[in-house]
Amino acid sequence: MSMRSELSKVRGLGSAKSGTEHFWQQRVTAIANVPLVIFVVWFVIAHLGAKRADVVASIQHPLTAIVLILAMASILWHMRLGLQIVIEDYVHAPALKLACLLANIFFATGLFAVSAYAILKMSFGL
Amino acid sequence: MSDSKPKARPLSPHLQIYRPMLSTAMSIFHRITGVALALGMIGLAWWFTAASVSDAYFGFVQGFFYHWFGRLILFGFTWALIHHMLGGFRHFIWDTGRGFELKTVEWLVRANLFGSILLTILIWVIGYGVRA
Ligand code: HEM
Repeated sequence: MSMRSELSKVRGLGSAKSGTEHFWQQRVTAIANVPLVIFVVWFVIAHLGAKRADVVASIQHPLTAIVLILAMASILWHMRLGLQIVIEDYVHAPALKLACLLANIFFATGLFAVSAYAILKMSFGL
Repeated sequence: MSDSKPKARPLSPHLQIYRPMLSTAMSIFHRITGVALALGMIGLAWWFTAASVSDAYFGFVQGFFYHWFGRLILFGFTWALIHHMLGGFRHFIWDTGRGFELKTVEWLVRANLFGSILLTILIWVIGYGVRA
């Protein structure tokens, strides 16, 4: 006779192997996104038709660069979590699903690396 | 536990038996806008990268987004973003266990739809104001 409860036997066996953590991170990043996304939209509008030098000058302020990097981190983490759910809902063939989940992680991480590099490069005035 | 043959168990009703409603549409819209925004993030990363590369390349990318087609993409992106953000607020309310009465749901999805259209137009009016 097993002493394990019914709950402990099924825990972690759902299609996603975890859940609450994912849900919670989706909410945390969603809340963080609100002010950060507003800042990014404002930043882009403020530089409509601007010369490159104007954009670089703005990003040379440390606070601007830091907030922009935070925005990219929060948005892209949120995006990675969100797209994962969409993939898990629609892609069922195991190999294809794995490929999509991997591509999703590489996509989000790659976009972050590219953006953060560009922002830091401008901020350091290179 | 000898009978292991699958039994015909009742299934939960499928999507198509429900009457399509605005709230159904707004639910799928949150997903569509989320995926659209993900594609849009490529554009944002491209813009940052161009600004870090050279005057000529940044000029090219600014030109691309200024072209009517580029502006159409940006307008769509703005609307998707605002719609998704307001939809997110709706989820925050639901997460606290509130706002599930049918009347409230109907009100929330309407506020989501009309609010997003209004705010998007407002942002673009401000955007053109800043440029002028
Ligand atoms: C502006 C602030 C934002 C807020 C408040 C917000 C809020 C949310 C919330 C609450 C969810 C979960 C919905 C659910 O559990 O069904 C969600 C899902 C999602 N979000 Fe966002 N979000 C924001 C911005 C973004 C951005 C910028 C992107 C894209 C880069 C994005 C992409 C997604 C995706 C792909 C999903 C998954 C959709 C689904 O599962 O159907 N979100 N968002």
